[in-house]
Amino acid sequence: MNARPGSLPPTAEAAARAAAETVYRAESRRVFATLVRLLGDFDLAEEALHDAFRAALEQWPRDGVPANPRAWLVSAGRFKAIDGIRRRARFDSLEDRADEVEAIAGEDGPERETIEDDRLRLVFTCCHPALAPDAQVALTLREICGLTTEEIAAAFLTAAPTLAQRIVRAKAKIRDARIPYQVPGPDELPARLDSVLRVVYLVFNEGYSASSGDSVTRVDLSGEAIRLGRLLVALLPEPEAQGLLALMLLHESRRAARTAPNGDLILLDEQDRAAWNRDLIAEGTALVERALASRRCGPYALQAAIAAVHAAAARAADTDWAQIVALYDLLLRADPSPVVALNRAVAVAMRDGPAAGLALVDAILGRGDLEDYRLAHAARADLCRRLGRTAEARAAYQRALALTRQAPERRFLDRRLRELGE
Amino acid sequence: MRYVCLVYMERQDLTAVPDTDCMAFGESLRASGHYVAAEALQPAETATAVRVRAGKVAVTDGPFAETKEQLAGFYLIEASDLDEALRVAAEIPPARAGTIEVRPVRQLSAQQPGAPRAPR
Repeated sequence: MNARPGSLPPTAEAAARAAAETVYRAESRRVFATLVRLLGDFDLAEEALHDAFRAALEQWPRDGVPANPRAWLVSAGRFKAIDGIRRRARFDSLEDRADEVEAIAGEDGPERETIEDDRLRLVFTCCHPALAPDAQVALTLREICGLTTEEIAAAFLTAAPTLAQRIVRAKAKIRDARIPYQVPGPDELPARLDSVLRVVYLVFNEGYSASSGDSVTRVDLSGEAIRLGRLLVALLPEPEAQGLLALMLLHESRRAARTAPNGDLILLDEQDRAAWNRDLIAEGTALVERALASRRCGPYALQAAIAAVHAAAARAADTDWAQIVALYDLLLRADPSPVVALNRAVAVAMRDGPAAGLALVDAILGRGDLEDYRLAHAARADLCRRLGRTAEARAAYQRALALTRQAPERRFLDRRLRELGE
Repeated sequence: MRYVCLVYMERQDLTAVPDTDCMAFGESLRASGHYVAAEALQPAETATAVRVRAGKVAVTDGPFAETKEQLAGFYLIEASDLDEALRVAAEIPPARAGTIEVRPVRQLSAQQPGAPRAPR
């Protein structure tokens, strides 16, 4: 390539190109979020984002990297979009388009605060309860995390065209039903935040429970969920957002210890605690403390608090079960579900002995709520085993086995059954 | 932007909400500026279907949907976005007994007769 008059020397040119690529990786989703607000349309914003980066790759090597690359990209994207609208306006009804251009051109330059607000707005739009739950997940991963449709499809073991269709439909609904691009007001925030947190936790669990064998080819969904959790905590210091991030970090801290090399599950009391990630535990525990101190904490913060008590025990035998039961009492009040009651029963068994736990589990099963829930039968089996009630333990393990589809769980239950002997 | 709030209720619930509640709600909609139009409907048994096929008009009893819920009335409202429309819909008295379907109104377009706006 020949040097043109006024162009940068080749090394500076390469540096400018590298700078554009770095900015793209770090900032493209932020720029996108602001363009969605300015243009009011996901597809227009996506197009404008690509046009802006194409322009950066042409101009930065020639003119140098601008002082504020992100602001440059937003304004380049905006002007590209205005050009596009003007071009289309020649074939369209003129006055609508002119208004659009006015509205877009009248916007002020992006301040840092506005840009972060834009990302939060985008999260609330993608997780709007008027969208189908699986569409909320797909849109969030696509538009906030910047994953490709193919990556999301692979992560959820869905066909890429199905997933693409889901995203197209959701975007069309956002546009046609005019789902707003805003952070909900104080009245609606708790309910709407629930919807956002549920999406993030769903993404986390999908990554956390994925079988380890093919995880090499799947994107790290747990990592994406934690990144989203950090974003939420940074932008919206709500106790439940802190609680969810803490819960994810504390679960993540045990990742290396929870599966054997052959993929078998290792239960909490048998895990090698030296393999737990201390940094994640420290960060998660600090967040739990902040959330609990607010005195407005809900189910995520309480679950995180329980995980933090486990994390604080150097050996399984040192676990403060009285504390855990007390937290389950609070959790049961915040979220009166039979699954929470079951977990509380297991904690009571650890504090007061298996007979006390079994009485609670039998009461829950007696209400018929968890008749088909494999973990209820597995818990009953374990308590019967510890009480020496072998026949009952065997029957309960068999019932749990019949309800279990996951291979590592089946192997675990099989092993327990064999250990009971004949 | 305009939204239609379609009120669906089961047959036995059609009289569950006192008319006076709906009249009071209609007044509050007018006062807040959301109101465009609203009507309550007679039960689905009173419906008559009209079809034109090959230029011939066919009139029949019905149509009767398979679902238990039937269209009981509608509100046409003005709202700035879906969130505002959903807030209004949640205040519609029959929301307590039935279901409100909130649908955005589509602008007819001279360029694309009859077609919804295609995704770009």
